Amino acid sequence: MILYLARRLLALAGVLLAIAAVTFVIFYVLPTDPAAAACGKTCSAERLADVRAYLGLDRPVWRQFADFLTGIFTGRTLGTGQYAVQCDFPCLGYSYENSLPVWDLLMDRLPVSASLAVGAAALWLLLGLGAGVTAALRKDTATDKALMVGAVAAASLPVYFTSVMLIYGVIRVAGLLPYPTYQAFTDNPLAWAANLLLPWTALALLYAAMYARQSRGSMIEAMAEPYIRTARAKGMPERTVVVKHGLRSGMTPILTIFGMDLGGLLAGAVITESIFGLPGIGRLFYGALVSSDQPVVLGVTLLAAFFIVVANLVVDLLYAVIDPRVRY
Amino acid sequence: MTTTAPGAGGEAAKTPAPAPAQAPGRPPAPAAEDGRAAAATGSSPWQLARRELRRRPAVRVSLGVVLLFVLMAATAPWLGALGGWSPEEFDKSAIDPYLGGQPLGSLGGISPDHWLGVEPVTGRDLFARVVHGAQVSLLIAFAATAIVVVAGTAAGIAAGYFGGRTDTVLSRLMDLTMSFPSLIFMIAMLSVAKDVNRILLMTAVIGVFGWPGVARVVRGQTLSLKHREYVDAARVGGAGSWRILTRDILPGVSGPVIAYTTLLIPGMISTEAALSYLGVGVRPPTPSWGQMIAESVAFYETDPMYFVIPSTFLFLAVLAFTLLGDALRDILDPRGGRS
Repeated sequence: MILYLARRLLALAGVLLAIAAVTFVIFYVLPTDPAAAACGKTCSAERLADVRAYLGLDRPVWRQFADFLTGIFTGRTLGTGQYAVQCDFPCLGYSYENSLPVWDLLMDRLPVSASLAVGAAALWLLLGLGAGVTAALRKDTATDKALMVGAVAAASLPVYFTSVMLIYGVIRVAGLLPYPTYQAFTDNPLAWAANLLLPWTALALLYAAMYARQSRGSMIEAMAEPYIRTARAKGMPERTVVVKHGLRSGMTPILTIFGMDLGGLLAGAVITESIFGLPGIGRLFYGALVSSDQPVVLGVTLLAAFFIVVANLVVDLLYAVIDPRVRY
Repeated sequence: MTTTAPGAGGEAAKTPAPAPAQAPGRPPAPAAEDGRAAAATGSSPWQLARRELRRRPAVRVSLGVVLLFVLMAATAPWLGALGGWSPEEFDKSAIDPYLGGQPLGSLGGISPDHWLGVEPVTGRDLFARVVHGAQVSLLIAFAATAIVVVAGTAAGIAAGYFGGRTDTVLSRLMDLTMSFPSLIFMIAMLSVAKDVNRILLMTAVIGVFGWPGVARVVRGQTLSLKHREYVDAARVGGAGSWRILTRDILPGVSGPVIAYTTLLIPGMISTEAALSYLGVGVRPPTPSWGQMIAESVAFYETDPMYFVIPSTFLFLAVLAFTLLGDALRDILDPRGGRS
């Protein structure tokens, strides 16, 4: 187990390194010139050269990448002379746009994105598994068919369509909720939930549909296993059979997707955050793209990749907890 | 590690729910249609497909809708011309300059002249734009799917058949590609590249992230096929690797691949739409559904039809391809990609 974990952590570091390298090459070598972006519209050739030197862009790419990597672990000094700034561990660089450490920007936005992702995930698990398990237990009935048709339809609706419809119906017409503004959970949990309810619903509908389809399939398969028959034969109440034996083994495939989805959403809800005006990482990313703020783009990409690989690792470790047949 | 299509782990494309990418030893993915296809062994896939088509009206309808969309995309220049408007032609007579450019008439300006109404402000014909948008959207989705399927099949067969170091390298590459935050990466790559053919670029960018899903399915299938007697027989008979791969293995993996491909398409359509919606896809005035929806969001209260029409087309296309893919998976790959 320890050995397995060590091997996985090593692989995880390797993956992140590779992603950082690819991202770095793409965004620092491709045509867009970050110096020009940082320098602004009225920029003389001389000043541009200064900016390039200041940002370290005149050095070979591999040196820039090496500096970037050391910066993450030890912090580094950016720039030279009187304009030098200290960028502390974990240094992901400085935003060109608003001259703040990228790390601080990310951590500032993370609570918003995390609230959105975690809340939506809870909702879609509830809806998706509920629908999927119900459909599986009533396989081939009208309930099953209705639920599955609903799921395919919901999965085919683009999230921006659902979001706009929710805003229109719930906020504009019915006036049930205020237009979402993010409120910290620690300030006012009730306002936090009320403001995030619509974004949660919009995302949850999309994902729940897929989870319903998946969990129906795996539940049907799990309920056909011999140990289910054994459990029933022992006289175990049906509820216990379904929850303890069926659901538990039926959940393993779901867990795989769940890790991926949650990991991907933590720093990737670009569309939902934009539509609902939530100041999360997705919107930070989008803004950074518009203003060619490379360090922020790189930072978000790395953070997003980090969430995905960590989520995958956690999921793989959880298999052993859920399914006693899995050993490491 | 199961989700596969581009946009997986993102919010763009949730529809591709093919769950075949099974790591060995993992509990099975949802079995599709419980042995219905298995019971009918002995028939060719096409016979099975036809039988299934007769049994399920929903499949017939979705096949019809899919064919309709493909036809619409293929004949866009002519079909669009039927309405009498080109997609980029302004019609100032169809809008009310005193009402902020609202379309004249009810339902967003639907009239014998403009079959699906017009865009506010510009008065461009929505029918022409939707039809041409179908061409752009489906072209990108199909081309990206083709890249994904060809690359994925090649990588999967190579990894499964040759094993050893080839397998290790290719499998690592698959893991790596799947760890990329694909939607974020696609957005970033599209916004960095400035002066290139947007349609080609989008196809490439969307295609890059999808292949590991196909590759895993094919790899698993190949692993189970390569020690079958008929493959051994071919090997003993002196057939080279290339011949075995193309004559013996490839036909064996084609069933799951076809089913998986059909389920990839709706994801690709959604991804293209999402990227165009975010403004990093095709550039105006070229229409695509996602971009039309993005432009119409600002008008959803004053001119709801403008918002509803492209959304409906997108919804129907994704829905029809998903239903068709589901049915094909049930027929061709009844056990979700395992053998």
